[in-house]
Amino acid sequence: MSLRFQRLVLILITLTMILAAILLILNNVRENISYFYTPSEINNSNFAIDKRMRIGGFVEKNSFNKISSSSFRFRITDEKKSIAVTFNGILPDLFREGQGAVIEGFFVNNITFNATSVFAKHDENYMPASIKKDLKNTGYWNKKYK
Amino acid sequence: MKFLVNPNRFNSLTDLILKPLMLLSISLMVIGLIFAFFLSPDDYQQGSTVRIMYIHVPSAWLALMTYFIMSLYSIAALAFRIPFGFIVNTAVAPIGAIFTLICIITGSLWGKPMWGTWWVWDARLTSVAILFIIYLIIILINFSFENRLVREKIVAIFVLVGSVNLPIIKFSVDWWNTLHQTASISKLSSPNIDTAMLTPLIIMTLAFIFIGILIAILRIKTEIYIRKQST
Repeated sequence: MSLRFQRLVLILITLTMILAAILLILNNVRENISYFYTPSEINNSNFAIDKRMRIGGFVEKNSFNKISSSSFRFRITDEKKSIAVTFNGILPDLFREGQGAVIEGFFVNNITFNATSVFAKHDENYMPASIKKDLKNTGYWNKKYK
Repeated sequence: MKFLVNPNRFNSLTDLILKPLMLLSISLMVIGLIFAFFLSPDDYQQGSTVRIMYIHVPSAWLALMTYFIMSLYSIAALAFRIPFGFIVNTAVAPIGAIFTLICIITGSLWGKPMWGTWWVWDARLTSVAILFIIYLIIILINFSFENRLVREKIVAIFVLVGSVNLPIIKFSVDWWNTLHQTASISKLSSPNIDTAMLTPLIIMTLAFIFIGILIAILRIKTEIYIRKQST
């Protein structure tokens, strides 16, 4: 084995080990790295009243209620479980029923979540506005696109 | 392919292609910007804000690509004793840092109207911020140390250790729940992005690549010149 090749192997082994170590760490703190829980990921181990947390999912269809100009009630769902949310403040432009959203706040009781901030989550679909109109007219509009 | 490792070959080849490359990158940038601002449609949800993507995505790709190239050259320099690798490391680190900064700034500008926040500490944004800090550290190491031979070895080792961050950035959106959306373009499936928007994105990416190569050539030439003067 030439010296060059030995050095190359040494570097690659070192890099693999560093990567393995870091991935092990990251995998073990997975819950802390994830920016939000989905509604069905909330269980006894991470649920606590008044604990600050973030929940991400879709705004459930027909769940949005405007109580006053800056006070809203809606449900966040991941199609398995859904959570009732109250929010006082300004909603982002993209926020609407069926749209992805991440809310930050705390549970006031076992079923109601009081959001202190609301972020809209954008998905990976990009489509010209004119095509949406065409698709809707011809009935090919995929519900998944919202 | 000797010009990729030999400073003299590199100089003589790049002298030939520098002007055509300049012309090519400028015209691609102009065409790309015309497409991005005037010929591409508004998005069905984001409206005009989608145009930020044509700067944001290419600069993100280039930030990662620059680092990947630095990693390859670091291996070449350390394992195969190719000093040109050290020259490249020193020369292109600031380019990568600037692309990362462009990516972060345009991302924040997009995030404010779309997400409702300039910045969140989710896995993707944090790992890109770490990439930016790694670039800054590399630049700082390049400014320290009297002994050049010691300094460039430390830089190369640091580049390799930092390269662990690259797969983390790439897969952060798949491994963890993040506010940042997952990739729209991947090899395995057809892109989730309309052709009318993909065209400006591809042109802008090419423009960024050629401008990146152009600045890299100029900086590497300067670095070669400095080293020739000092020896």
